[in-house]
Amino acid sequence: MNVAFLYTLVGVGLFCLGLYALIVQAHLLRKILAFNIMGSGIFLVLVALAKRSGNAIPDPVPHAMVITGIVVAVSATALALTLILKLTTETGKAELPDEGGE
Amino acid sequence: MEALSLLQWSFDGLLGLSLLWLAWQALVCTDLFKAVVLFIAFGLLMALTWVRLAAPDIALAEAAIGAGLTGALLLSALARSRVIQANGESLLNVPLAARKLQFRWLVAIILLIVAAGLGYAVLGLPPEAAGLSTEVAANLTLSGVGNPVTAVLLNFRAYDTLLEMAVLLLALLAVWSLGGLPQREAVTDPVLDSLVRLLIPVLILVSAYLLWVGADAPGGAFQAGSVLSAAGVLLLLAGWRLPLRLAQRPLRFALVAGTGTFIAIAVLTLISTGRLLEYPPAQAGTLILILEAVATISIGVTLAALFQGASPVHKEKQ
Amino acid sequence: MMVSDYLAVVVLILGAIFFLAGTLGLLRFPDVYTRLHALTKADNVGLGLIVIGLGITSESLVVAGKLLLIWLLVLLAGASVSYLIARAALHKGIRLWKR
Repeated sequence: MNVAFLYTLVGVGLFCLGLYALIVQAHLLRKILAFNIMGSGIFLVLVALAKRSGNAIPDPVPHAMVITGIVVAVSATALALTLILKLTTETGKAELPDEGGE
Repeated sequence: MEALSLLQWSFDGLLGLSLLWLAWQALVCTDLFKAVVLFIAFGLLMALTWVRLAAPDIALAEAAIGAGLTGALLLSALARSRVIQANGESLLNVPLAARKLQFRWLVAIILLIVAAGLGYAVLGLPPEAAGLSTEVAANLTLSGVGNPVTAVLLNFRAYDTLLEMAVLLLALLAVWSLGGLPQREAVTDPVLDSLVRLLIPVLILVSAYLLWVGADAPGGAFQAGSVLSAAGVLLLLAGWRLPLRLAQRPLRFALVAGTGTFIAIAVLTLISTGRLLEYPPAQAGTLILILEAVATISIGVTLAALFQGASPVHKEKQ
Repeated sequence: MMVSDYLAVVVLILGAIFFLAGTLGLLRFPDVYTRLHALTKADNVGLGLIVIGLGITSESLVVAGKLLLIWLLVLLAGASVSYLIARAALHKGIRLWKR
């Protein structure tokens, strides 16, 4: 097993950790953190699989996709944080109205 | 070289375990501020992982955008929510999962099965797979640059980059259309002012260097743009605001310039060669440099404007 | 391995020891101000030693110069940011630890 496969397993683990926190936690800011960690896990899987190219350069197409993904993730995070702050201004809480306290 | 391989394995294993542990701690600790700081540390460890996986371009982007700018956005959101909830409950110490215990166990078991399935699927992939690296290496001289990632981003998959610039612009438009946000408390301090005066020229220089060197070494438009946005964020934190005569047309021009130039070049190539974004090999290097330069400025201004959160015109009307 | 490689390894290990000391201080000291003190002292010297170690084995003077520039920038940022953190902590009312 390559070292690259170790990192793919770490990426899968990060994805599932993030997904667990995204489902289970009610606070919106924590959901944003979980979402970002899921994204990092997926990027890790992509880049670790790109390193399987042996002696040649690692496959640059997943690298380009991950750079694109990082920039898109930060813009989505910025928009999501603005929405959360607007929601907090309106309702006074940082949770969606139909959740919490089940 | 058994010992060396064991050393590498233990280092990689330690790095992977630290990533998983930091992510878990960031997701389940009760103090939100601590969670955000742990998330920033996680981002920095990810940058180290990218270096380990021979992806220095991604390491630069992750350190600047993933750890730096995302961390700044999260901390700014926490500070603003403290302003909003000055009389109510604090947003920081909120109890964790508000779901029943059985539900959490059920989700955990299902996700363990999913993780096992994904891990099995991933381990079943062939250990040696060149992917597209041979095709990229074969066509690298035609692309106009020497760095394969820049060639893929700006030439072979330029359409994806065009759409990405549009996504950035759309996110900013959405944030601006939501109206203003409560402002953070301004920090005025002579040490911060001197730091800003010393660092901003250095950051601009580093950004230009990353842009120029991205043609043949790790670097490029996104990394340079993120360093420029870091300069913008530093200025905004020190209390500087765009002068009013620059805040309308010139700001909007800078924001739209990246996507606009991309679309203009796409239309030009469509007209001249009949295929979208296919550069003639003789001018490919120059075209890529022009695109990257304009994209750097646009990305820097857009990310800094995303951090600020409110359109300058909005603030004047308030 | 050449003599310069051995020297670089010794210097790098010294730098790592300084980082370890700084981390120990971060974990064990009682309040914000003492932790800042431990961090900046150890990290500035630790990073300086690591930069020296890497500079010895770098392939050209330009690379060593860039490493030195990184160290100077970290010094600048570290000093200013620890001052700002201490100032913010004072404003929030965090009191100094007394024995």
